[in-house]
Amino acid sequence: MASILKDDRSVASESAPDTSRPQGPDSLGRFGQFGGRYVPETLIDALNRLELAYEEVKEDREFQTRLAGYLKNYVGRPSPLFHAERLTRHAGGADIYLKREDLNHTGAHKINNAIGQVMLAQRMGKTRVIAETGAGQHGVATATACALFGIECTVYMGEEDIRRQKLNVFNMRTLGASVVPVSAGSKTLRDATNEAMRDWMGSSRTTHYTIGSVVGPHPFPMIVRDFQSVIGRETRVQSREIFGRLPDTVTACVGGGSNAAGMFAPFVADHEVELVGVEAGGRGPCAGEHASSLTQGQPGVLHGSMSYVLQDDDGQTLPVHSISAGLDYPGVGPEHSYWKETGRARYESITDVEALEAYNLTARLEGILPALESSHALAQAQKEARRLGKGKILVVCLSGRGDKDAYEVARLRGEPL
Amino acid sequence: MTNRIDTLFARLAADKRKALMPFLTAGDPDLGATVQALNEFTTRGAHIIEVGIPYSDPIADGPVIAASYHRALEHGIKVAQIFQTVRTLRAERSGAVDQTPIVAMVSYAIIHRHGVESFLEEAATAGFDGLIVPDLPLEEATRVLEVASARNLKLIQLITPATPRERASRIAASTTGFIYYVSVVGITGERTGVPSELADSVAWLRTQTSLPICVGFGVSTPQQAQALAPICDGIIIGSAIVRRMAEAINRPRNEVVHEIGDFLAEIARVLEPAQSEHAPPPR
Repeated sequence: MASILKDDRSVASESAPDTSRPQGPDSLGRFGQFGGRYVPETLIDALNRLELAYEEVKEDREFQTRLAGYLKNYVGRPSPLFHAERLTRHAGGADIYLKREDLNHTGAHKINNAIGQVMLAQRMGKTRVIAETGAGQHGVATATACALFGIECTVYMGEEDIRRQKLNVFNMRTLGASVVPVSAGSKTLRDATNEAMRDWMGSSRTTHYTIGSVVGPHPFPMIVRDFQSVIGRETRVQSREIFGRLPDTVTACVGGGSNAAGMFAPFVADHEVELVGVEAGGRGPCAGEHASSLTQGQPGVLHGSMSYVLQDDDGQTLPVHSISAGLDYPGVGPEHSYWKETGRARYESITDVEALEAYNLTARLEGILPALESSHALAQAQKEARRLGKGKILVVCLSGRGDKDAYEVARLRGEPL
Repeated sequence: MTNRIDTLFARLAADKRKALMPFLTAGDPDLGATVQALNEFTTRGAHIIEVGIPYSDPIADGPVIAASYHRALEHGIKVAQIFQTVRTLRAERSGAVDQTPIVAMVSYAIIHRHGVESFLEEAATAGFDGLIVPDLPLEEATRVLEVASARNLKLIQLITPATPRERASRIAASTTGFIYYVSVVGITGERTGVPSELADSVAWLRTQTSLPICVGFGVSTPQQAQALAPICDGIIIGSAIVRRMAEAINRPRNEVVHEIGDFLAEIARVLEPAQSEHAPPPR
């Protein structure tokens, strides 16, 4: 099988951060008109300190070597790039390869960022880490990293999400984190984010806020993108090793957009590689029925940055829906808005039903249970593969595994679990 | 162009008095209550009123104010209705309210959606005198500052104990109306006690600006107000009022609004110069 790596040392060394390919944002944290810092003055000094500390570790070989060590020996990187032959045959077009982030420790790409940020927190002398979580994947990853480095951890989670994701809540507590239920507003991810920011405003002297996606005020979108870029860097190296060139198209799901940003960023300068982000189309295009910020929303401010958002005409955030809790967010990272506006990436929308079909299909044809989030990318990949045709190559970021979704899928099928 | 805020502070300074600035959330529980409260506040000693425009995802406000925003939004409050309410109040030219400056506390998310020009134009014509945009730091404020200045609206900016001094000077230089000094690092909410380093910070700030300096975030008792009065030009009271107003859902509204009036009157009393000079020194 061509997808088995010949030599993972070469992947590890060649996929180290490449500082010769600088990317945005500018000094105000902007990607074009997007990004910036729309936060209270109380946070500005903390953000400035974080930015300085991050610029330092970015150039610090020792820090980067330590991080690479944890990614290799603790997370299990590099994650394989697997040729999905039966999915390819089923789609009847381009060869489909899966970037297996689901095989990471804790079962998703979230750990790449959590390890990096908790190491950064420790280096800054912070004794406590806070995080927000929706489905609980980022919460579990942060709780895991905090256990690993011996740092106190508090995770904010909406009451509604706590109810839906009992297993992750149980695991976070087992890992030593305290999970704080958020009862405000819609009791979901966006309210958990508000609460985490509020905590940080009063605690930034001792506490680092490990944000889970490429959202929030500068420098968070940049930091999370950089820590997640290991996905795209490995994919470039593996592509050359396995099929001798870069893929024609790369696709990933987009909620806040961290796995997509991590996959896309290292390919941005490779203009021959088409980038396709996939949003949650939910039950359809009516307001409140989906979470497609880029394809249905417009530029606005949410959670500290300017980006595409789902708002009503008064500027109030709209309710969102997706079958997948990880995509159920009314905003998106500012860099995705920039890539959309500049045409560097294309964004599409996949409905709940299509995602569920891809979930089932990938299970039956490849023996892989994908997360419902990743199932959106897998559904779009089928369409893209057919469009591209034979002889072309498509890489899908399989951002997480589907174990956490068993209860939700069983409920939708009407099967007791 | 004169602005009610400038006029007020000039008058208060001449009388050696301090501004009392209550906050309320527009539309909590409904706009009728807001009008009632605005009238009550002005007759019970308020000098400026800060009107919070509800926003679904406030990150700059504490849980008490955030909950009031959500209550108001559940009842379907719209920005246009808030503007209309203030416009009507101003048009009535009813006594005290007529000369009382009204400042909007509003998230930039809302301003941006309406468009900076359009939102500020509407706010100014409705009769607002200034804006506090808590999630719009100095670096992002250029456009709003320009338009506000053209519309004779003040842009009141925040300085916190965490703000480095060099930055605080720059914020003070671009602020108009008055400076909103956040007394406790963190989000809005009630706290007990007055931080000791506050006096030093405010005294230093005085060397950087001639604007009035008002202190807020966490003032909830007459004792705190009295302790703060000697070092600042005004006191902002938010959560302590909003928490009381929340009871208006379950109790007769007149009663609740009147009780808030009593609370304000008590604070107004300790802020009077004769009283505060004879009062025991704060501990």
